[in-house]
Amino acid sequence: MKILVTVKQVPDTATKIQIRADGQGIQEDGIKWVINPYDEFAIEEALRIKEKQGGEVVIVALGPSRVEEAVRQSLAMGADRAVVISTDAAVDPAAAATALAAVCGEEGFDLILTGKQAVDDDSAQVGPMIAANLGLPQVTVVLKLEVDEAGHRLRAERELEGATEIVELPYPAVVTAQRGLNEPRYPTLPNIMKAKKKEVRRVSMDSLSLALDPRVTVNRLFAPPERPEPTILSGEPEETAKELVRLLHSEAKVL
Amino acid sequence: MAKGVLVIFDQNNGEIRHVVLEMLTVARSLGDGPVTALTFGKDARNTLAKLAEYGAEQVLFWDGDAYARYSSDGFAAAIAEAVPELGPDVILFPATAWGKDLSARLAGVLKAGLATDCLHLEAGEDGRVKAVRPVYAGKALAEVTVNTPVQMFSLRPNVNAAVPAPATPEILNIAPAVDSAAFQAVVVERNEAQGGVLELTEADIIVSGGRGIKAPENFKLLDDMAQALGAAVGSSRPVADEGWVPHSYHIGQTGKVVSPTVYFAVGISGAIQHLAGISGSKYIVAINSDPEAPIFKVANYGIVGDLFQVVPRLTEEIKTVKAQQ
Ligand SMILES: Cc1cc2nc3c(=O)[nH]c(=O)nc-3n(C[C@H](O)[C@H](O)[C@H](O)COP(=O)(O)OP(=O)(O)OC[C@H]3O[C@@H](n4cnc5c(N)ncnc54)[C@H](O)[C@@H]3O)c2cc1C
Ligand SMILES: Nc1ncnc2c1ncn2[C@@H]1O[C@H](COP(=O)(O)O)[C@@H](O)[C@H]1O
Repeated sequence: MKILVTVKQVPDTATKIQIRADGQGIQEDGIKWVINPYDEFAIEEALRIKEKQGGEVVIVALGPSRVEEAVRQSLAMGADRAVVISTDAAVDPAAAATALAAVCGEEGFDLILTGKQAVDDDSAQVGPMIAANLGLPQVTVVLKLEVDEAGHRLRAERELEGATEIVELPYPAVVTAQRGLNEPRYPTLPNIMKAKKKEVRRVSMDSLSLALDPRVTVNRLFAPPERPEPTILSGEPEETAKELVRLLHSEAKVL
Repeated sequence: MAKGVLVIFDQNNGEIRHVVLEMLTVARSLGDGPVTALTFGKDARNTLAKLAEYGAEQVLFWDGDAYARYSSDGFAAAIAEAVPELGPDVILFPATAWGKDLSARLAGVLKAGLATDCLHLEAGEDGRVKAVRPVYAGKALAEVTVNTPVQMFSLRPNVNAAVPAPATPEILNIAPAVDSAAFQAVVVERNEAQGGVLELTEADIIVSGGRGIKAPENFKLLDDMAQALGAAVGSSRPVADEGWVPHSYHIGQTGKVVSPTVYFAVGISGAIQHLAGISGSKYIVAINSDPEAPIFKVANYGIVGDLFQVVPRLTEEIKTVKAQQ
């Protein structure tokens, strides 16, 4: 099976976000960049399928030159090679999906795995939009994936609020990974060395000649409202428990 | 250009989620022409009374066999087929797993812009809706507009009020003919969580436990407190990773994002990834033995103390207050 995995580079989840003075983005200096956590599950799943059934795992990433680092890490986990769509422009999810779909279509594949969402823009759109672009079925927020090679079908368990469901679909298809799908491996030292020699093909976004007008415009970023000064109680448990319940009942009026 | 707001959602045995009522209220507030509700499946018509109560002016029930089982590609193709005839310039979805799956697919098919998980929508100038949505897991907010003729949004549950405004909906008879080959990904089985478990993303009160709980059996303390409050139970990530509670309990940047009225963080330190999931809570109440724990910096109320001493007493006090009501 030939599996493509889309990988986005995002700020580490422990990063404190500082909004630029012009409100048009975040301050990027000092940020530690990592592979989007959900994309790690996607990579791991692709590797496991390959280990079982043979084939190839190709990473597809889009972004500025710094994404090379995330790509090398993905290769160090065990992916075979990578394609990077390079651009310095901020792209909205639709534009990212259009460009990624174009490159995926050119590459050819049996399966595309993406994360369920990127933890920077939190859009949860790019996977389904790639699928729609390529006219393929999709299954999102996947906790468990079975590949039936003989029947050329997938069986996926996906997570909903208060329920899970089983979805069956033919492949080629797009599958988006949820936490719980697997436990991503750490790159081993030999694999980190090997990754340095693996092929990374660069395609400039402009050379794709796609119409990529943003469908969503971010007018401004702003800080969430400050939380009010807290009331902190300490002392005997009997007293503090009683006082807290009183405050919640009489002051906040939520009990 | 045509006008109107199309509100699309799922139903289960004729029951709809509270977020649907919130969506209808928001749809009305946009003052953008008729509010049309669309839902699917065999019991779709049983939702009519609720939709009428919350001001749907037109309803579509796609309850034929093709819509008995959810199919992302099939449903999106059918909606895309009907959109030109319905002519909405705004489409709303719930920001649930179902809504995110279908809205993103539909946006792809319609080549429309979509803003995910919006907190607020407001009619802006020149017919563009101004939306506010969290980014970086709520560490920042973004004001966005959608530039395409059809503007799509998904709405986060539990943030907007649901206000009744009775109407007499017209039942529209628009049923697109979609080739059954478009229904490739099909749900073949659905398993509900065990009865009685309140869904975190919709809960009004949440009692959540972290590593301070020490052992799985001690979650009983939180279950008791939650029961006294009519609350849902959640957890930090390590506790779910340990298997003390199911993964569905895990709250935070890589877990559920919740927006209850009251969030009790018990034995949770308040790591930035955890805070990302709870910043939409109206009140945060922290119980922690470490006065320096970061959770106290975001809490409205807190008790510095041993949770094993404090929680049982809280439960008793809550029962006393409830009994007086
Ligand atoms: C990529 C990534 C994503 C992550 N995503 C998430 C996420 O979505 N959600 C999440 O929660 N975490 C997430 N984490 C983990 C996060 O960084 C923290 O490790 C985690 O939230 C800590 O959990 P905790 O507060 O339960 O445990 P701890 O940090 O160990 O805190 C336990 C607390 O209990 C208190 N305590 C101990 N005994 C008692 C007692 N007897 N009475 C009262 N208080 C007591 C302690 O003072 C301490 O504050 C993520 C981490 C990474 C790297
Ligand atoms: N710039 C990008 N490069 C590679 N993959 C991306 C990019 N943007 C989004 N994706 C993929 O799409 C998923 C969902 O992203 P999003 O829709 O932005 O939340 C991510 O987990 C990635 O797998």
